[in-house]
Amino acid sequence: MTRHLISSADLTRRDVEDILETAASMHDLQRREVKKVPTLRGRTVINFFFEDSTRTRSSFEIAGKWMSADTINLSAKGSSTSKGESLRDTAMTIDAMAVDALVIRHNASGACHQVAKWVRCSVINAGDGTHEHPTQALLDAYTLRTRLGDLDGRHVVIVGDLTHSRVFRSNVITLKTLGARVTVVAPPTLMPSGIAAWSEADGFATSWDLDAVLDGDDPVDAVMMLRVQRERMSGGFFPTPREYTVGYGLTRDRLDRLVARNEDVLVLHPGPMNRGLEIAPEAADAPQSVVLDQVSAGVAVRMAVLYHLLAGDDTPAPAATSPDASSAPTSRTTEGAAR
Amino acid sequence: MACPDLSAPTQSSDDRSSIPEDARDVMSEGDISRALRRIGHEILERNKGSEGLVLLGIPSRGVPLARRLAACIEDVEGHAVPVGELDITLHRDDLRRNPVRAAHRSRIPDGGIDDRVVVLVDDVLYSGRTIRAALDALSELGRPRAVRLAVLVDRGHRELPIRADHVGKNLPTSRDERVHVRVAEVDGLEVVRISGGESR
Repeated sequence: MTRHLISSADLTRRDVEDILETAASMHDLQRREVKKVPTLRGRTVINFFFEDSTRTRSSFEIAGKWMSADTINLSAKGSSTSKGESLRDTAMTIDAMAVDALVIRHNASGACHQVAKWVRCSVINAGDGTHEHPTQALLDAYTLRTRLGDLDGRHVVIVGDLTHSRVFRSNVITLKTLGARVTVVAPPTLMPSGIAAWSEADGFATSWDLDAVLDGDDPVDAVMMLRVQRERMSGGFFPTPREYTVGYGLTRDRLDRLVARNEDVLVLHPGPMNRGLEIAPEAADAPQSVVLDQVSAGVAVRMAVLYHLLAGDDTPAPAATSPDASSAPTSRTTEGAAR
Repeated sequence: MACPDLSAPTQSSDDRSSIPEDARDVMSEGDISRALRRIGHEILERNKGSEGLVLLGIPSRGVPLARRLAACIEDVEGHAVPVGELDITLHRDDLRRNPVRAAHRSRIPDGGIDDRVVVLVDDVLYSGRTIRAALDALSELGRPRAVRLAVLVDRGHRELPIRADHVGKNLPTSRDERVHVRVAEVDGLEVVRISGGESR
């Protein structure tokens, strides 16, 4: 395992499988009367959220507490950031308090990568700009595997605002790591530029036509709807919300067609949902929907991530000496030494 | 909410290293089977029958041993006793000294452990730290009427006030010797060997 979790690409297939295996045992804990294990006693986890969040922040906080770590939440509002302190000074200040992990959500892509160069503690990316959201991809993979078993060769379709979606970027990587086949669908205006080269390199398919993919020759095992971010609606990416729904929403009719071909098809959404926009209420509440399973898996998967990053040997990490010391954020530790 | 299949065998990941050439046999396949049969009888004798018994194996090799003890008990009593497995990874006191390994799911039989007599089953009893972790893990799952411990080999050198109720073989060892237990279900080989130590 790596010391930090910045990108889904930091994780090998073995890492992902270990985390998901651990998450399954954490999920059992969640159903018990006493939801606490002593595993991370004495460790301190800071959740620093520069951007609003309900489920990611609360699930990281619960995850830390159930593992007996001390967790503290900070937000940009009410911290020295609002007084103009730079990200680097804030990160180094917190690090100087000898914390063990810093969970960061930030509106700038690459913020976590930067912070990891400045601090001694582990850095966990809880969403950075339009870059990545690796724990979301892990909990999606967990949810999929719980229902489908091994993901090798499974066909997952990701639909929505790909340009601005960190969930999509992390998911493409993790699903590929686990051997699934991915097709991504978006209107041309929301398809990231340069995706052709990327999709070729990483072996996923792209399309502008949702119906062609859903009714295509390749049966769909799961469809993941991405949230249409309200702030994008006035950005000229699509003419009206109604038009988006007609072209790219998971409407009742599309769900019926999916279910007619595969009764066990799964519907995922990272939340929060815009019902009636990217997903119809009938689809959100259908038996095929695993949206609440995703939320429930969120705590278990984040416990597993904290466990794998923090429970192991506490050999001091190389100290961050000068601010421009370029210690790679993905430096490998003693992987597999006891395996 | 659907769960992964509980009946699937667990994957053993630790201690797959090969046994050194100079290792000598201390228990053969026949010795192991006779020891387990005796322990099965002892458990029944101590418990005055199989009423309320739950056998919990500690991964990895405690699990098949627990299953076999349960089969012995079923032979004698004519009905099955519940068997499960107890993963202790999250309760180990040496987590910080080793690279992380994945935690696995504990499989507790239906009916739980409340007011049952839980027999923990492991292959080797050494420092006692594994059993300490197992007792902590148990206390989070319920409140058994009693907890007993059955091990195939007791090699001494306890670091905690813990002792086994049922022992297959007491094996005096020095600390620099290694005891290798291999069971058919995990290793495709059934033997207890000891290596190292004697050339001091």
